[in-house]
Amino acid sequence: MYQPTSSSFRENSRTALADTNLRQAMERGGATFQGKRRLAIDALPEFDRLRDRGRAIKDHVLDHLDYYLETFERNATAAGGQVHWARDAEEARQHVLKICRSVNARTVNKGKTMIAEEIDLNDFLEQHDIAPVETDLGEYIIQLRHERPSHIIAPAVHLTKDQVADTFRATHDHLDPRRPLDEPSSLVAEARAVLRRKYFEAEVGITGANFLVAETGSSIIVTNEGNGDLSQLLPRVHIVLASLEKVVPTLEDASTLLRLLARSATGQEMSVYTTFSTGPRRPGDLDGPEQYHVILLDNGRTSMLGTEFQEMLRCIRCGACMNHCPVYKAVGGHSYGWVYVGPMGAVLTPQFVGIDEAGHLPDASTFCGRCESVCPMHIPLPKLMRKWREQAFAEGRVAGRFRAGLAIWAFFARRPALYQAVTGLQMRLLGALGRRRGRFRRLPMAKGWTTYRDLPAPQGRTFQQQWAARGGAR
Amino acid sequence: MPGEATSNNPRIGLFVTCLVDLFRPSVGFAAVGLLQQAGCDVVVPRAQTCCGQPAYNAGDRSDAAAIARQVIAAFAGFDYVVAPSGSCAGMIKHHYPALLADDPAWAPRAAALAERTRELVSFLVDIRGLKAVDAAYAGTATYHDSCSGLRELSVKDQPRQLLATVAGLHLRELPGAEVCCGFGGTFCIKYPDISNRMLEEKSADILATGADTLLAGDLGCLMNMAGKLQRTGNDIHVRHVAEVLAGMCDEPPIGES
Repeated sequence: MYQPTSSSFRENSRTALADTNLRQAMERGGATFQGKRRLAIDALPEFDRLRDRGRAIKDHVLDHLDYYLETFERNATAAGGQVHWARDAEEARQHVLKICRSVNARTVNKGKTMIAEEIDLNDFLEQHDIAPVETDLGEYIIQLRHERPSHIIAPAVHLTKDQVADTFRATHDHLDPRRPLDEPSSLVAEARAVLRRKYFEAEVGITGANFLVAETGSSIIVTNEGNGDLSQLLPRVHIVLASLEKVVPTLEDASTLLRLLARSATGQEMSVYTTFSTGPRRPGDLDGPEQYHVILLDNGRTSMLGTEFQEMLRCIRCGACMNHCPVYKAVGGHSYGWVYVGPMGAVLTPQFVGIDEAGHLPDASTFCGRCESVCPMHIPLPKLMRKWREQAFAEGRVAGRFRAGLAIWAFFARRPALYQAVTGLQMRLLGALGRRRGRFRRLPMAKGWTTYRDLPAPQGRTFQQQWAARGGAR
Repeated sequence: MPGEATSNNPRIGLFVTCLVDLFRPSVGFAAVGLLQQAGCDVVVPRAQTCCGQPAYNAGDRSDAAAIARQVIAAFAGFDYVVAPSGSCAGMIKHHYPALLADDPAWAPRAAALAERTRELVSFLVDIRGLKAVDAAYAGTATYHDSCSGLRELSVKDQPRQLLATVAGLHLRELPGAEVCCGFGGTFCIKYPDISNRMLEEKSADILATGADTLLAGDLGCLMNMAGKLQRTGNDIHVRHVAEVLAGMCDEPPIGES
């Protein structure tokens, strides 16, 4: 099990803030994603209508999830595929292991899949003497570095290209140590050459699924490197790891969502490869796996149905929320301490690892609302983070000092006459103390503020006092 | 306009906001001045403290709801309720109805108040049709779009339209004007290190404009940005946009004496 470190969010983020490589990488990554998305959306005037349509499709599916999942299972099976249901991570891992063992697999090629992260598949496979090989460039880089993805679609976005070059020099030790690796293109070429050999060694290919299509029993992946196609076509067995909410009714619905996904994620009209898989190789097919398996993972998702968190299940994993989040940009994905990061992770992680472990994630937001404004599925992310805060508050998980401060403030805020009398005196005093400079460099009780910034001094008499003194209308 | 059905001058309830009330009353008087210029009668109900966001965003629904009821009661019966803050106006307009949705006695009252609540500058432009202000300001200003006003209330062009009519003022656009400054209410004291990083980046963007004045429509963000700019030794003047639009810049800028 991927042990979360979300409860150390404060410490994690402090380390991250001091990391100058991270800062450089995040600066660059964020600007690129934001700019490309903007251009793609400006070029599509009906984007907002498409968003409304996408939301309607997902809401409809979530209200009839059992029906569409069973339809998917029936059609996938009819096409010669095998569908496996997994209640939780352990069941999903056991399905994978059983399939791998049935073909004596020693090596497994992996296309990019966040579900594999969620069920911590790589460690599990290694424990059972099966070597997972990541074929997505970003995933490959972080596999070499023994790291976790820091972004759901750009797993190595936290690294600079110099760090990647250093990693390649350290691990590709069969190559000339003096070779130039200054250009991103030389890094890509090297990874491609190393990985190309490995495609032919694997008995099993594992991919995720961006969508499952109920009417055809197909799974869909989008990639830009073509690695997903090679991972799933060359080995004898293709395993698709998909969570339940990936299902959509029709190919038409899938294409609506694909138009939203690529634009929101990378600013492309379509990803370079959009691959539809329906069953194993048929007689006469030129290529394709002998076996096609789909593992449908619940892992707590059905418990979100019918609750206020159901809306989160509309998520199509585009990453736009994190690409536009100033907190994510500042602290990077690893600070979040588990699989899902940024605003979507702040809502999802407490669901998976508990609010006790992950309480910081929904708390560490200014509610600036940018995530919601770019979400192609109109997920009200700040509202859902606030729901977690409400749960934490109701369960008494809020730090005592903060809770006490809030209670004192609320006591006065609910009694306007008393509040005005007390604040009137306080502001007079504070105004007099701060009059000479106009601000405070240091103030007892305000350390959180004055560590990094001055506190402007109040002008003195409150508005309420002055209005009353002028005989203003009440 | 509903307010004009009975009188030429709509009756406005001014929601002062806690920060303006306590720290910078001159913004409140600038708001009163602007509303009067726009032909409004301004009333300031006594029974107001804060909109309740500190409780609401901390997950304390019951205190937030109690404060919401208090505001709803104090501000019933006005043609409009106006706040010199997108954050507080957004709270009343969007979050009170959500907060009291399950309360049959208060839900309709929350909805009625939400319907009539506006942020100051967008009220002047969108509802009162104000095209120009009678004010002068010698300087080059840049404008930060505070998050709630921008994303909850679509306050974007209105302040720029009016600032363009201030004699002597040049407006220079702020790169990343739509990015949060790192204030976020209690966020800035709960997560000071992250807030500080956001604030450093905002400061760098502000300084890169070369403007001598920073304006915005929310005092929380302004105090945050002024505090940082001054801590790092920059002498850019920081003011609430209402002060400049009202031509009421007699008080020293935020954080200055």
